[in-house]
Parts: sequence; C-alpha cells; structure tokens
Amino acid sequence: MISFEMPKPLVQTRTVVETVAKNMMRPVSRQLDENEHEIPWAYIEFMHTATKALGSSSMAPDEAPQKKKEDPEKKKRPPINYQRLMIMVETLSWGDAGIYLCTPGGMLGAAAVSAAGTPEQKKRFLSRFTGKEPIFDAMAMTEPQAGSDTSAIRTTAVLDEKTNEWILNGEKIFVTAGNKALVDSKGFIVVWASLDLEAGRSGIRSFVIEAGTPGCKVTKMEEKLGIRASDTVSIVLQDCRIPFENILGSPTVEKSTKGYKGAMQTFDATRPIVAASALGVARAALEFVQEKLAEAGKEIRYGIPRQKMTHLEREVIEMEIQLRQAWLLTVKALWMADNKQSNALIASMSKVKAGKVATVITQKAVELMGPLGYSRDFLLEKWFRDAKINDIFEGTGQINLLVVARNILGYRGSQLR
Amino acid sequence: MYSFTPTEEQQMLLDAVKRYAEGDIRPASREAEESTELPPELIEKGWELGILQASIPEAYAGFGDYSVLTGALAAEGLAYGDLAATLGVMTPNLFVLPILLAGSEEQKKSFIPPVIEMEWKAYTAALIEPTFDFDPQALETKATQKGKDILLNGEKIYVPYASEAQALLVYADLDGKTQGFIVPGDAEGLSVGERQKTLGIHACPLYSLKLEDVKIPAGNQLNGPDGHSMEGILASWHVALAAMAVGVAQAAYEYAIDYAKDREVFGVKVAQKQAIAFMLAEMGTDIEATRLLTWEAAWMLDEGKEEAYKHAFLAYSGAVDMVMMVTDRAVQILGGHGYIREHPVELWMRNGRGFAAFTGLAMV
Repeated sequence: MISFEMPKPLVQTRTVVETVAKNMMRPVSRQLDENEHEIPWAYIEFMHTATKALGSSSMAPDEAPQKKKEDPEKKKRPPINYQRLMIMVETLSWGDAGIYLCTPGGMLGAAAVSAAGTPEQKKRFLSRFTGKEPIFDAMAMTEPQAGSDTSAIRTTAVLDEKTNEWILNGEKIFVTAGNKALVDSKGFIVVWASLDLEAGRSGIRSFVIEAGTPGCKVTKMEEKLGIRASDTVSIVLQDCRIPFENILGSPTVEKSTKGYKGAMQTFDATRPIVAASALGVARAALEFVQEKLAEAGKEIRYGIPRQKMTHLEREVIEMEIQLRQAWLLTVKALWMADNKQSNALIASMSKVKAGKVATVITQKAVELMGPLGYSRDFLLEKWFRDAKINDIFEGTGQINLLVVARNILGYRGSQLR
Repeated sequence: MYSFTPTEEQQMLLDAVKRYAEGDIRPASREAEESTELPPELIEKGWELGILQASIPEAYAGFGDYSVLTGALAAEGLAYGDLAATLGVMTPNLFVLPILLAGSEEQKKSFIPPVIEMEWKAYTAALIEPTFDFDPQALETKATQKGKDILLNGEKIYVPYASEAQALLVYADLDGKTQGFIVPGDAEGLSVGERQKTLGIHACPLYSLKLEDVKIPAGNQLNGPDGHSMEGILASWHVALAAMAVGVAQAAYEYAIDYAKDREVFGVKVAQKQAIAFMLAEMGTDIEATRLLTWEAAWMLDEGKEEAYKHAFLAYSGAVDMVMMVTDRAVQILGGHGYIREHPVELWMRNGRGFAAFTGLAMV
C-alpha cells in the first residue's frame, strides 16, 4: 500500500539529530567557515560518543548492526537503514553541510568496503570505527586528468609477487576528508587504481590504504567556495605498498567490466545520500526566507490563482514544490535501496534533481532576501556557497543526467557518450 | 513506513485502466479531436470500469470507499490515453464527489445513487467564469436568499455536457463564500450557450452557461443552509488535475523516446545526441517527481493529514509547469514532425497548457 508516513524510528532520529544540528553545528557555522581547515572537534567527539552509544559504528547502512532481540514481530519490520541515513544526513546538513562532512565513522570509504568487500575485509577495515578515538575514512577517485570520466584514471596498482603486495603509484585530488582519514585519525582511504591501463574500465579496482602506510602522502589542502569545515586534499601515492588482501573485488583482469560496474554500483546508494545533504542545505535556506517574510508580516497565500499571486509568493511556492519533489525522489531511491530493489535510475534522478534544486533555491533565496541575503551577518550567503558542491561531487549534475538518459533509453556508454 | 507499491486492488484497477487507455482511448483520440466528438461507446466503456462507483460507499449504492489516492492513480492512467476522453468519462465525478465530500446525509442518499447507475449520464458542474484571473474562492456568480429559495445569477464557462445535463452543481458566491448548489438541468432561467472552442481538448463538449434568477430550494445548497467548506473540494480538483497532467506528460515522454530512438540524424539516432538525451532525462525526472508529490498529496488527503490541502495545491502547481515543459519538449524532439497533426504530441502540448485553466474540470 502506498504510504508516505515517515517510520516512527526515523521521526525519533530526526528529533535527536535536529538537537545536534541546532546546538552543535549552527552556533559554530560561521566560525568554521571563516577559519578554513579548523577542525570541529567538539562536534566530532560528540558524534563519535553518540553513535557508539547507539551501537552503530558506521554510516554504511548495510553494516549497521541489527537489533539482536529475537522478537518475531520486529523481524517483519521492513529495513530502513538507508532511509535513516538519509534523515540523519539531511538534518545534519540543515545544521551545517561542511561540519556534516566531518562526521566520524564509516562514510564513503566504508560504503565501498561494505559493497565490494569480503566478510574478512569488512571486519578488518570497519571494526576500527567503534574504538576509543573517532576515526575517518575517505574515497579517492578523482585525478587531475580524470574527474567525471573515472575510466580515465591513471593511478596504477602492480602486484609484487615476491612480497605479495600491491604497489600503487599516482596522484589523487579532491579527496573529501582525506586529511582526517590519513593524518588526523588512524583511518583509511579507498583508492581507485588500474591493474592494467590497456584494459580500460575492466582493469579498474578499488584498494584500501590505511593511515600511516609509507608512500601515501597528503600534499595539498584545497581552499574552497564553501563547505570549508570539510577538508579536501590531494594525495600522492609513490611506490605505496599495501597487502594483497587490500584489494576490493577480484584481483584478475577479465574481459568484462563487472568489477568496474560493481564499483559504480556504490553510487546507487551514495548518490541519494548526497542528494539528502543538498536537501538539508536547501531547506535551511527556504526556512530562512520564510522566517524573514513572516517577521515582516508577509503572508504566503496558497491555493490562489497565479494571476493573483505576488512575485514573492510564486517564488517561495516554487521553491517549496521543487524541494518536496526532490525529497520524495530521494526517499524513494533509498526505500528501494533498503528493499534491495535496483535503483540506479531513480538514484541518479534524485541526485540530478536535488543538486539542481539546492543550487537554485539557495541562489534564489539570496536574491529574494536582498541585502540580508548578501550579508555575512546571516548564514544564507554561506548556504549559497555550500549548496553548489552538491551539483558537482559524487557525479556532476550532467554526469547524472547522462546516467539517467542511458537508463531510460536503454543505451550503453558507447551508444550515448 | 514508506511504500510506493499500490495495493492489489489498486493494481487490478490500474491494469484495467491501462488496457482501456491504450486499447480504446488512444486509438480513438485523434479522430475524436478532429471531429470534436467523443464516441458515446468510448465513454460507456470507460464508465464500465466503475472507477467512480468504487469510490462510493454501499450506503449510497456504490461498492467501495472513497480514496483520493486510488482516484489519482486511475486519473493518471486514463489521461495517459487522452485527456478529453478522461474528462468526459469522469464528468459525473464533478457532481457526485462534492456531494459525497460535503453534502448532507439526505443529499447523499437522494442525489448520488441515480448518477452511479450502470449507464453514464450527464451530471456535471459549473465553476469556471470568463475572467483572466478566475478564482474559485471569489466568484462573480451570486447566490441570494429569497425566503425559502435561493436565486442564482451569473455566467459560467467550460461546463462539460451542459447541453444534456440532468443536473448540475453550480458554484456561486453566497455572502462572500463559495458554495455549491444542486440545480436541475431543466431549471428555469438556466440557458446553455454555444459549444465552446478551446486551444485543446476539442472532443470534450464544453458549454457556456447563463443563470438568470435561477430559483432553487434553499435545501439544494450543498449540506443545506449551514453550508460547507470548499477546502476538500478544491484539494480534490487539484489532485485530479495533477494526476492527469502526469498522465499526459508520460504519454508525450514515451512517444518522444520512441521517436528519438528510431529517427536517424548525422548517422546516429536522435536520442544519441546529448542535447536530446538530456532533455529526455529531465523530462523523466520531473514526471516521476511530480507523480510522487501528487501521490503524497492524495495520501495526505486520505489520511486527513495537516497541510494536505496545501500539498494538493503544491502538487497541482508543480504539475502545471511540468506538463507544459514536457509536452513542449516532446514537440521539440520530434522537430517539424512534432508540429504536424499526424503525430499526437502537438495535441498533448495544447492539452498540457490547459491545466493552468482547468480548475474544477476534474475530481477524484
């Protein structure tokens, strides 16, 4: 039966996370924006303790522990881990999208390990998140010459058969939270590299490099338009040796692109999560506009003909429509993920829509708020800067459109480039 | 819990609607448009699906429960076939559902059963008025109390099947509030004008209507002299139109995909050009987004959720823009062929624009 009732546990999650967003994120938002690369330790320590107390070590939903109670009634409950993650990410991003990206525990890296790793690998790499110290992970995919076109990556992984180690060489850029994963904590990064440059896509695999591994070095911290609380780094791999067991997926190059496609499937889960973050920022901006209008005694009249609406009313209503539409696409994408339904199409749709909507809403909000919108006395201008990243990382809006288009047309990459 | 899967019953209805929309409506749609006539047997066949009857409780001779969501699912499925035929089949909804939603027990018992019998009959409603900024909450048509009677005066347009209407629900302003009034088709002072010519939905018989001192008993006011709220009715109009807009858009979108995958250009298919493929991707995304918002609004209305009325409006408002964008692009993707009446996309584009003006023409 079609239902849009948010599951009760998620309503509770939202209430709890909202408190964090209000009390631990908003008050330091401006401070962290103006002091790039300052680390929000208070938030990090709090989240580490809190998630540990909740018994969850990782934001990778498949790894979140199920309740052990043998209550047969409870077993029947449909899975909601991805939906819970969505609510958390949306609410935290409503608080501060940059600080949210500093959340400790398993994130994108853990998601990759969770999707493609063996049980042994999961245990080895994911158990660290429940320790005493907050630990971070990161995903290293982009290279100077390979952004959206991930098949063009040139980082190589060569097997040293004598020592049974992979030797990685190359340069990765735009690694979100890379410094936290490698320098500020004993975390790990998941690196995409090629076993055989000639083999193209089918040679690409992901590898886990743990903090402290010789030959893996953070070389640059980027200065950015927004999400400044989050570090974005360059990483150089120079004869970086890792154990054979650190490869995710098959170590041999077959003719098929199954390995590559498997890695790309991670996106089906992560893209709607990025969408959720975009939605949080957009909601913050929309609520700011609504509050300021209410303070000024401007009422938004719903249900009247457009011909009678003020421009302001039309704009605000349009923002609400777009935000809700994007929200629902994201909910459906993650509901499908929870129910193990193939969701590649709607996952990319949600990312396309949310990335665009967040960008448009924050830009529109700054416009509508005039001098208030442009002022650094308020956070709106910051959200305008923060929101834009959502239309870029985890696949630009255009790449996601391409994925959607190939899907609806039934085309392979070679048919629609 | 969230869920996006219709119930088994809803699915059965949807399958039946789909068979009718694809097998009966679509093949008849161009001819109906050009001849400006909906074949009565097409309407009958749609009526036999029992969509309206299934949303009326047994107490009023129906065999189901009222559900905006089920109605919206059916409306989308029908409009996927053709909008004019959908409005035709669903015209009696305009009379019955407001009575069900807002009428008195007595009105429900006496007015609903005759309408939902086996045969489709022309029961309709008159809401829209000839002003550019027409507002259902601020009508020019006036109702005035005179003793135990009510007098109706004003001018209506876009009244479906007015020429053969057995009875109509006429909306008029009573002391500053919009109220519905049940008016027999042969009431004195009621004069049906010429068949109206519109940009689209040519097959749908729309008429103008003049009301000059039309006298009805005060008991014919919807819910009697205590009157009724318009919110639920307004929300039902909004959701019905939003759902139909999704259906029309889906038709145009699929047609454009098929064409683009078939048509060669510069040695490849049109669909292999990003300029086209990206348009289609955005169309598909916005259709699905609008569909979800419509379902959510319908579900909220069924569940009596706070803000359900607002959501219905948001769904409708979003759908108005979405369907214009999608149908316009479908014409664009077909290029010159899209402009030719051999293809249906030009019809869907004309129909698509209508959703901005159709408030009150559809209910679920």
